[in-house]
Amino acid sequence: MAEAEDLKELERRHRRWESTALRESLDAVPERREEFVTTSSRPVARLYTPLDLARTPDAERLGNPGEFPFTRGIHPTMYRGRLWTMRMFAGYGSAEDTSRRFKYLIEHGETGLSVAFDMPTLYGYDTDESEAKGEFGTCGVAVSSLEDMKALFAGIDVGSISTSMTINGPAAAVWAMYLAMAEAKGVPWTKLRGTIQNDILKEYQAQKEWLFPPEPSMRLVVDTFEFGSKHVPQWNTISISGYHIREAGATAGQELAFTLANGLEYVRWGVDRGMRVDEFASRLSFFFNAHNDLFEEIAKYRAARRIWAREMRDTFGAKNPRSWLLRFHAQTAGVSLTAQQPEVNIVRTTIQALAAVLGGTQSLHTNAYDEAYQVPNEKAARIALRTQQILAHESGVANTVDPLGGSYYLEWLTDRLEEESYAYFDRIQELGGVIPAIRKGFFQQEIANSAYRYQREVEDRERIIVGVNDFVVDEEPEVEPLRVTEASLRAQVERLRRIRKDRDRRKWERALDRLRNACEGDENTMPHILDAVRASATLGEISGVMREVFGAWEEPLLY
Amino acid sequence: MAKKIRVLIAKPGLDGHDRGAKVIARALRDAGMEVIYTGLRQTPEDIVEAAIQEDVDAIGLSCLSGAHMTLFPEVVKLLKRRKSGDIVVAGGGIIPEDDVPKLKKAGIKEVFGPGTPLAHIVDFFRKAAKGG
Amino acid sequence: MARPVRRLRRPRESLREYVDDLRHGDKRAAAKLISLIEDDEPEAAEAVGLIHPHTGRAHVVGFTGPPGVGKSSLINRLVRAFRTRGKRVGVVAVDPTSPFTGGAVLGDRIRMAETGTDPGVFIRSMATRGHAGGLALATFDAVRVLDAMGLDIIFVETVGAGQSEVEIATRAHTTVVVEMPMTGDVVQTMKAGILEIGDVYVVNKVDLGNADTLVANLKFQVLARDGWTPPVVRTSALEERGIADLVSVLEKHRSHLKSTGQLRRKEEARARQEILENARRLLADRVRSLSPLGKSFEALAAEVAARRLDPHTAASRLLKHAGRSAIRGAVRRRPRRARGARAS
Repeated sequence: MAEAEDLKELERRHRRWESTALRESLDAVPERREEFVTTSSRPVARLYTPLDLARTPDAERLGNPGEFPFTRGIHPTMYRGRLWTMRMFAGYGSAEDTSRRFKYLIEHGETGLSVAFDMPTLYGYDTDESEAKGEFGTCGVAVSSLEDMKALFAGIDVGSISTSMTINGPAAAVWAMYLAMAEAKGVPWTKLRGTIQNDILKEYQAQKEWLFPPEPSMRLVVDTFEFGSKHVPQWNTISISGYHIREAGATAGQELAFTLANGLEYVRWGVDRGMRVDEFASRLSFFFNAHNDLFEEIAKYRAARRIWAREMRDTFGAKNPRSWLLRFHAQTAGVSLTAQQPEVNIVRTTIQALAAVLGGTQSLHTNAYDEAYQVPNEKAARIALRTQQILAHESGVANTVDPLGGSYYLEWLTDRLEEESYAYFDRIQELGGVIPAIRKGFFQQEIANSAYRYQREVEDRERIIVGVNDFVVDEEPEVEPLRVTEASLRAQVERLRRIRKDRDRRKWERALDRLRNACEGDENTMPHILDAVRASATLGEISGVMREVFGAWEEPLLY
Repeated sequence: MAKKIRVLIAKPGLDGHDRGAKVIARALRDAGMEVIYTGLRQTPEDIVEAAIQEDVDAIGLSCLSGAHMTLFPEVVKLLKRRKSGDIVVAGGGIIPEDDVPKLKKAGIKEVFGPGTPLAHIVDFFRKAAKGG
Repeated sequence: MARPVRRLRRPRESLREYVDDLRHGDKRAAAKLISLIEDDEPEAAEAVGLIHPHTGRAHVVGFTGPPGVGKSSLINRLVRAFRTRGKRVGVVAVDPTSPFTGGAVLGDRIRMAETGTDPGVFIRSMATRGHAGGLALATFDAVRVLDAMGLDIIFVETVGAGQSEVEIATRAHTTVVVEMPMTGDVVQTMKAGILEIGDVYVVNKVDLGNADTLVANLKFQVLARDGWTPPVVRTSALEERGIADLVSVLEKHRSHLKSTGQLRRKEEARARQEILENARRLLADRVRSLSPLGKSFEALAAEVAARRLDPHTAASRLLKHAGRSAIRGAVRRRPRRARGARAS
C-alpha cells in the first residue's frame, strides 16, 4: 500500500497520463458510451489505480485467506485443499423420476445432492389436494410423505453424500421426513450432512412461498436451529439466501445487503431464544446468485465474508472463529438466461460460474441451457455439470487462492458494496428492523423498482441482451421437451390413498394433536413433527395443522 | 377522450414469481391503461370472476412453474361459460415452445415468452381492446 | 377510433334487458352497466334513468383516511363479517390515475382475494381519471348500479387524498374516517375538516401499539351532530380485532339515520347536489358544442375579454339564452295544435 508521498507521485503521473496519452486516444477513438455501468447499473470508471484504494489500510481490508476478516476466502488453501461441491439442483415428477436423475448426476461427477420440490410441496400441499391441481412435479419433485422421501433416496447412501433441500415454508416438516428416512436406513443423525434452505424472511421479500405470518415462521426456524445443534450437528439448518432476491430484480448491492440483514435477524432470534451464538452460528450457511457482471459478483462475495465476520465477532461477540465464517452455495443466474438462441446460455452460465469460483464459493449449481423453457433435460444438465468440471480441471483458476485479490477494480468494488450494505442496514434499522420493514413493503418496493429500471434499460437498448434486443435471429429454438407423465401423477395419488388407508389411525390422530399443542405452546416443535411423520402424517396434514394454529399471511401490495 | 383500456394481470396457481407480472402491470399503466393486478395464488375461478366484475378488455396470465397447460385453458373455458368469451386472454412465463400451439388452440390469443419487449406486449393489449 | 368491442354490442333496446338482468343479480350486466356509465357512452343517461327508480335500498358506507392506513384490509374484514350475517355486499374501490400517463394500477381488489368467488360479493375497481379529489366521477353511479342489483351494503373506498372526504360525506350515508397510530414522538395531525365529517372514526392497526393517545384525542375532539356522537372504534384488520364492534356501529348509524328522518334528508341533499352537478355538466357540454348556444357563448366570451361586458352579466345572459333555446326546443317538439284551438 503506497505511502502519502508515493500517492502524490501516483496522482501526478495519473494526471499526466490523462492529459497526454488518454487525451490523444480519446480524440482518435472516442469511447463507445457516455457511461459504462454494471448489471446493477453501477457506474464503472475507465481505470482503477492504487489511488482508488487509498482509504483503508491493507491488512484490515484484505487479510489472509482463512483469517479474519476472510475477504480472500474462508480456508487458507481453498480449492487447493478441496474443490467446491458440484451440487446440481434437480427434481421433477415423482420421487422415482427424480431419484433416477440424482443417480445420473452422481454418475457424471456431481459431489453433492440438491433437491428441487414442486409447487404443491413448497406450499405444504399434498399432491391430491385441490390447490395442487395441474402443478404436480412440473418444477420439482413431489414429496407428500415419508414414503416419497424414502423412494427419493432409495439406493443412495445419505451417510456419505450431503443433501441440500430447497424448501422454506414447510422446511421443518420436510427435514423431519429426511431425518426419519435416514433413521429408517440406519444412518445416525450425527453422520448426516446437508442443508435445508429454511429462509422464510426472503420469502416475504422476494420468492413469496410463505405459509404463515413472520413470527410463527421465525419460531419454526429457531426450533430447527435448536434441534439441529443438539441432534444433527453437521447439518446446516438454514441457507440464508440472496439468490431469489436477485432473481426478483434486486441489484448486487441490494442482494448483499438484504441477505446479510436477514442473516443478522436470524442470529438475533437465535440469541433471543436463549442459545449462545456459538451454539448455532457455525451452522448458518448462505446462498448467493452468480450473475453476469464478473467483477461485481466476485466483489460481492468478498464483501459478504468481510461484513459477516465483523458482525459476528464484534456485534454478536462470537468467540469461535468457525462462527465468523460465511460459507455459501452459489447458483448461476436463472433470470439472465434467454429463450432465444438457448445454446448461448451455456456461455452465460460459464462466465457466471467463473465468478462464483473466483469469489470462493463452497458449493455451486450451474444452470442448464434450457431453463427458459422447462426443468432441464438430461443432456442440458450434463453440460452444465461439465462446465464446472472444466473450470475445476482445465482453467487453472483453482490453482491459487483469491487470484484476483489486489486488483484495483476488484478491491474498489468490494469496498463500495460493503459501504452500500451498511447504508442499507441503517435504513432498515430506521424502519424498525427487518420484519417491520417487510410489513411496510420496503424490500419489496426496492426490488420492484430495480426490476422496473432494469427492464426499461433493456427496452431502451441501454442494456443489450444478446439474442433478445440485439444479435437477434429468426430461428426456432430446438429444445427437447421434458414431460411429467400422467402415470407418475396417478401413482403418486394412489400412494397417498394407500398411506392414508393403511396407517394406524389412532397413533396418527394423537401425533397430530400433540403437534397442534406444541404449535400453540412454546416447546420446540421438531420432536412432534418427527412423531407425526413417523405416524405417517402427510406433508399436507402437518402443514394443515400449522396453518390452523398460525394463520395465513397477507402481503402488502406495492409495485 | 380515448376510452380507457382495462386489463387484468393474474398469477394463477401456486407460483409466486411475480417480477414479470409486476413489471408488465407498471408498463401497461405507463401506457395509459387501467390495470387490475390480482395478486398471487389465484384459481381460474377467481380470475374469471374478477375479469367479469371489472369488465376488462383482456387478461394477462403469468405462470413460471409449468402448470400453464392446466390453468390457462381453464380460464378460457370458464370465460366462455360465463358468456364473457370476448375477453382476450394472453399468457406468459416459462412455457416450452411445443405448448404454444396447444395453448393457442385452447383459446389463448398470444403467448409471450421470456425476452418479449414490453412495447410488444403493450401493443398487443391495445389492439386486443379494440377487438383486434 | 373504432368503438371497443367489449362495450354493449347489442342494439339499444337491450339496455332494458341489461337492467332487467341487473335486477336479477346478474354480475356481468352490473359490470357492463358500470362501464357504460363510467365511459360516458351515449346511452349512459338513459341507463341511469332506468336504474335510478330501483335504488335506495342499500346502505352506502364511505371510507376515507390517509394512504397506508389499512382501508382495503379493513373493508375486506367487513365484507366477510357482513357476509356471515347473510348480507350481500358491494365494494367500489378508487385509486388515483397517473397525471402523467393517464394509466392506473388498481390495487385494492387484491386485499379481498378470499371473497373473490363469493356470489354475494361484487367488487369494482375504479381510477379517478383526472377527477380531483379522491373519487372518480362515476363512483356513485357505480354505487347506484350495485344498489339496483339488490345489494344490502356498499362500501366505497377513496384514495384518501384531496377533498375526498368532503365528496364522500355528501354522497354516502355513513362516512367512516380511518386513521392509524403514529409511532415515535411525532405529534399526530389530521387534515382540517376531518373531525367534522366523520360519522364513525376508526383507529386501525392497533396491533402496532400506541393507539391510546390517538383514540383519546379523537374522542375528545369529535362533536355530536344531529343526535349522533361519532364513536371511535379500535380495530386491527390484520388480527381481525374490533370488526364486530365496527359492524354494530355501522348498523346502529343506519338505524339512527332512518329513525330520525335523516336518511331522507341526506337523500334529498344528495339529489340536490347531483342535479346541480348534472346541470353544470350539461350546460358546459352544450356551450362547447357547435350549437347556437355555443356560438352565443363564444360571443359573450369575446365581449368579456374586450372589457365590454363583465363575467357575471355574461353568465346571466348565457343562462337566459340556454333557457330560451330549451323552450324553443320544447316548443318544436310539441305537436302542432289545430288552428283555432284554445290554449288550455
